Amino acid sequence: MSASLTSLAYLVAAILFIQALRGLSNPETSRRGNALGVAGMVIAVAATLAHSGMSLTGYLLIVLGILIGGSIGTFIALRIKMTALPQLVAAFHSLVGLAAVFVGAAALNAPEAFNIGTAGHVHTQSLVEMSVGLAIGAITFTGSIIAFAKLQALMKGTPISFPYQRLLNGVLGIVLLLLIITFVVTGNQAVFWIVAVLSFALGVLIIIPIGGADMPVVISFLNSLSGWAACGIGFTIQNLALIITGALVGASGAILSYIMCTAMNRSIIHVLLGGFGAESGAGPAGGAAQGDRSVRSGNADDAAFILKNASKVIIVPGYGMAVAQAQHALREMADTLKKEGVEVKYAIHPVAGRMPGHMNVLLAEANVPYEDVFELEQINNEFGTADVAYVIGANDVTNPAAKTDPSSPIYGMPILDVEKARTVLFVKRSMATGYSGVENELFYRPNTMMLFGDAKKMTEAIVKALNG
Amino acid sequence: MNPTQLAAQADELAKHAADLAALAHQMVAGAAPVAEAVQPFVFLFAIFLMACFVGYYVVWNVTPALHSPLMSVTNAISSVIVVGAMLATGLALSGWAVGFGVVAVTLASVNIFGGFVITQRMLQMFKKK
Repeated sequence: MSASLTSLAYLVAAILFIQALRGLSNPETSRRGNALGVAGMVIAVAATLAHSGMSLTGYLLIVLGILIGGSIGTFIALRIKMTALPQLVAAFHSLVGLAAVFVGAAALNAPEAFNIGTAGHVHTQSLVEMSVGLAIGAITFTGSIIAFAKLQALMKGTPISFPYQRLLNGVLGIVLLLLIITFVVTGNQAVFWIVAVLSFALGVLIIIPIGGADMPVVISFLNSLSGWAACGIGFTIQNLALIITGALVGASGAILSYIMCTAMNRSIIHVLLGGFGAESGAGPAGGAAQGDRSVRSGNADDAAFILKNASKVIIVPGYGMAVAQAQHALREMADTLKKEGVEVKYAIHPVAGRMPGHMNVLLAEANVPYEDVFELEQINNEFGTADVAYVIGANDVTNPAAKTDPSSPIYGMPILDVEKARTVLFVKRSMATGYSGVENELFYRPNTMMLFGDAKKMTEAIVKALNG
Repeated sequence: MNPTQLAAQADELAKHAADLAALAHQMVAGAAPVAEAVQPFVFLFAIFLMACFVGYYVVWNVTPALHSPLMSVTNAISSVIVVGAMLATGLALSGWAVGFGVVAVTLASVNIFGGFVITQRMLQMFKKK
C-alpha cells in the first residue's frame, strides 16, 4: 500500500472517530456512532497491516497481541458491574498511558520504522515530541492507577498529604524538565527511562492528595492527559489518525474537567493541589449552633405516606445510591408511585457520583427511561412545584450553604434547590457530613424528614409500605 | 537568403535563447526561497489544531447523560496508538522495538476491545423504553 493511500485511510478512520463522538449528542444516535468508531478502528488497523515491509513473525506477534489483549478487554468489559464503571475507566486510562510509553520506547529503538532518523541519531524534533508523549503517558499511567486504587477502595479515598508536598512536586517537575532537555540533546536510552521513572513518580504524587469526591475531575483530567500523550506519540511517528484522535480525546477530557470544576465552583488548579475535605470543615460557630437543633426523623411508613399523597416527586440520587446499589429499588419505588398517578422525575447534579454521567448510567441500568432524568439547569426551578424531594445518597449538592454562607468551602457551588420542595426526604446512614466536611443545615429544617438507614434497604421498605 | 545572413540570424537567435535562459535562471533563483518545502511538522500541527477545534465543538454537543459513555469511547479510540505499536512490531528493525511493540499492541488491544464493548453495553441501556 502506498504511503499516501495509508495516510488517507488514517484520515477516514479519524473522521469515523469524530462521528462516534457526534453520535453521543443523543441516546438514539449513540449506538450507530459507536459502530462507526469500531469501523474507524478496523480501517486504521487494516491500513497498518497493509504497510509494506512487514515481516511474517511481526504479523504473528501482532495477531497474538491483539488476541490476548482483545480477549482480556472483552472479558472484563462484559463482566464488570456498572457500579464499578469509574474504576474500570481509570484502569483503561492507565493502559493508554503505558502504551504511549512503550510506543515511544519502540520508536527510539527503531526510528527507521517511522522515518525519524537512524538508531542513535533520531531527529531532535522527534525527540522533543517523543519526550512529550513519554512524560504525559507515564504520568497518566501511574496517576490512573492511583485513581483506580482509590475508587476500588484498595486505598483510602481520603487525601494523602505530607509536609512540603507541593514543594517536592515542584522540584520534581523542574528536574523532569531538565532531564527531558538532556534527553533531547543526547537521545540517550538511559535518560529516556529515567524520564519515564520520574514521570511515574510524579503521576503518583499528583493524584494521592486528591480526595474521593473529586474523582469526577480527576478521571476527566486523566482522560485528557491520555489524549495529549497519544498526540505526542502521534507527532513522533507522524501518524494522522493518532494526532487527530489524541486532540479529540484531549479536548474531550479538558471540557469534562471544566464542566466538573464549574459544577463545584473550583478551579482545576485548586482540585489538583488537593487536600479538599481534609480541612476541618465548617466554622465552629455554625457547628455549635446546629448542635442544639432538633432533627425530625421518620421511618419507611411515614415516607410512604408522604410520597403516596404527593402529586409530584423529584428524586435526587448521589454517590450513596451507587454504593448501596439502590437504583433498582429506586426504580421500583418510582414505578409504584407512577401507578398511583404521581409524577416522578430525577434530578442529576453534574458531580453526583464518581465520574461524569455516573448516575445516568446507573439509572439507565435500572431501566429508568432517560426522558425522566434531568440535568441541574433543566429541573432546578421545578423544585418549587414539587411536593417531595427524595434525596438518596446525596448531600453537599443540596446544601443551601453554597448559596448563603460565603465562609463555607462550598460557597458558590451550584446546588439542587431541594429546600424549595414542600417536604424533603433525606435517605442517609447517619448525620455525618458530606465529602466537603460541611454541615448541611437542611437536616434541621422543619420540612425535612431524615430517613436513617441503608439507601437500598430503606427504599425497599418504602416500596413494601406503598404496596401494603 | 545567403548562408552568411542565415548564420547571422542563427547567431542572433542563439543569443536570444541564451538571454531567455539567463532570465529564466534568474527567475528561478528568485523564486527558490518562496517555493522551499514547508516542514511536514507544520502541516501536522495545522491538522492538530483543527482537530482540537473539532473536538471542542463536538464534545460540547454531547448530552450530559452520556458523559460516561463519552469517557469510555474516547478511551477506545485513543488506543489507535496501536498502529504505532504494530509498525514497531511488524517492521522488526530491532529486537527491543519488537518487544516494546508487542507489549504496546497487547495493552492497546485491551483498551480497544474493552472500551468499545463497555460503551456498547452502556448505550444499550439508554434505549427508549
